[in-house]
Amino acid sequence: MGELKLMKGNEALAEAAIRAGADGYFGYPITPQSEVIEYLMAEKPWERTGMVVLQAESEVASINMLYGGGGTGKKVMTSSSSPGISLMQEGISYLAGAEIPCVVANVVRGGPGLGDIQPSQSDYFQAVKGGGHGDYRLPTLAPSSVQEMSDFVPVAFDLAFKYRTPVLIVSDGLIGQMMEKVELFDPIPRWTDEEIVEMHPWATNGKPKGGERRIMTSLYLDPHVLEEHNYKLQRKYAEITKNEVRYELLDAEDADYLFVAYGSSSRIAQKSVRLAREKGIKVGLLRIITLWPFASEIINEFTEKGIKGFLSVEMSAGQMVEDIRLAVNGRTKVEHFGRLGGVIHSPEEVLEALEQKLIGG
Amino acid sequence: MAELSVQEIIKPENLVYQKTKLMTDKALSYCPGCGHGTAHRITMEVIEELGKENDTIGIAPVGCSVLAYEFMNVDMQEASHGRAPAVATAIKRLWPNKVVFSYQGDGDLAAIGTAETIHACNRGEKIVMIFINNGIYGMTGGQMAPTTMIGMKTSTSPFGRDVALHGHPLKITELVAQLPGTRFVTRHSVHTPSAARKTKRAIKKAFEAQIAGEQGTAFIEIVSNCNSGWKMTPIDSNNWMADNMFPYYPLGDIKVDGKLIEK
Repeated sequence: MGELKLMKGNEALAEAAIRAGADGYFGYPITPQSEVIEYLMAEKPWERTGMVVLQAESEVASINMLYGGGGTGKKVMTSSSSPGISLMQEGISYLAGAEIPCVVANVVRGGPGLGDIQPSQSDYFQAVKGGGHGDYRLPTLAPSSVQEMSDFVPVAFDLAFKYRTPVLIVSDGLIGQMMEKVELFDPIPRWTDEEIVEMHPWATNGKPKGGERRIMTSLYLDPHVLEEHNYKLQRKYAEITKNEVRYELLDAEDADYLFVAYGSSSRIAQKSVRLAREKGIKVGLLRIITLWPFASEIINEFTEKGIKGFLSVEMSAGQMVEDIRLAVNGRTKVEHFGRLGGVIHSPEEVLEALEQKLIGG
Repeated sequence: MAELSVQEIIKPENLVYQKTKLMTDKALSYCPGCGHGTAHRITMEVIEELGKENDTIGIAPVGCSVLAYEFMNVDMQEASHGRAPAVATAIKRLWPNKVVFSYQGDGDLAAIGTAETIHACNRGEKIVMIFINNGIYGMTGGQMAPTTMIGMKTSTSPFGRDVALHGHPLKITELVAQLPGTRFVTRHSVHTPSAARKTKRAIKKAFEAQIAGEQGTAFIEIVSNCNSGWKMTPIDSNNWMADNMFPYYPLGDIKVDGKLIEK
């Protein structure tokens, strides 16, 4: 059993970065995730593992520091909250284009604009539909507990290096700020420089003796060459879609209806499932863990088995619901329920929405 | 005296000059007459002379030198517009024993990337920043740069740069020299052989300081020409540069060993 601690989600993310063997964290403070860099600066991981931590001048600088560091084969990470993640979008597009591995955590707050500092899930589109310019996708993990804020960091690094891509961790202000018991995983040693050179021959960390220089770029001026590069990226995304879908089912075997939710909303929907079952309503929960690649296949299976309907439960005006509808393709009812702007829905509201929109509707 | 045959001339012992092997054989994309080629070559010669071919990571900008990585035969990263100092910061901090430099133009370094420039210099990142100031946006077709001279016509200042409309030409080099994080700040040119030699010495000094692990950022401005953007012949553009830019952007050291030079 690993070390048990009572921690905030943001602190668990920070501690997990150190334990995951990260080489560098570059970030800029923003509520509700500033505890990440505060924890790291207080913890001095440069003394524990040799990890570099730097407060950048902006989120724009942070994401480009990831470009630099990730491009040399080092494990690098940043975190921010919604407006800061918007600022990073250009850099994320370059990282995707240049195929540079890194981890970016978004502790989502209410928007648009400055919005507020309360938990929200209104950045789903930004995470899974692009965000920045160009044809690219980002593997996106959605933790629903402080435990997963820790557990998903090494998973994210593994995906980032396996596929040479930026990976997102999308949580929200609730998970970032709340304290829960967390079992910390045993530290993974940082790669040595020699190991990095050996493992990542693509990385620009000094031209090999007698070898060719390496280049990190997303620039391909010849449209046919760029098209080839884009096809290569698309093949990679197809591979990720095939291999990396993650979800969890609760009380789904006999369910007439399924809630579909991720992150904080899935915690609330769990309670709604219990309330519904007490009333004799057969409802289960499909908890989405990877926002992309999306669990379209399991939604298709439930649809084929004749499920009566899906209720997407999101703290947004309805974003993920579009992906559920794409998977269902008109074969059964799909509705959305959610509160906006940083207001958290209650389990009772969710159940009521099920009854009104699907059962009664 | 008997004439030498070609075979004799090209014998290694008769060689007086050759291209550094740290420039690739790819034809430069720069306009004939442009200073970039010389600035590239002397930078790469310094890396070769210092024996750092296998330990150097260069950062190319967005601008005319966006393809610098096609010509510089070391590991290179192509940064997004203006962010080279942030990219370089992370590389140097994660690989403190490697040699890291950015190569940026005036739009990249002194307009869109001003924040990254100031903060990398202010943190005293142990990197070399090479700044090519030709007072215009060459790659995008001759628009005004932050360093465009007053009265100078560009495609976005077609009646000449007007202070009331466009503001003043930015002396970013004097600005970064004020920051305690910079160690060596100097301004040069590459329009004559002697100027190129002086610039090469400055670049060498900057890299030597980084290799020695000395504190602080090294910042080298090269005032250069853009004959096509300025719509002049190469020779006219170099003369215009000497007459008009050097008085505003005076050549010479501004800060050495962390101390501002008294003028």
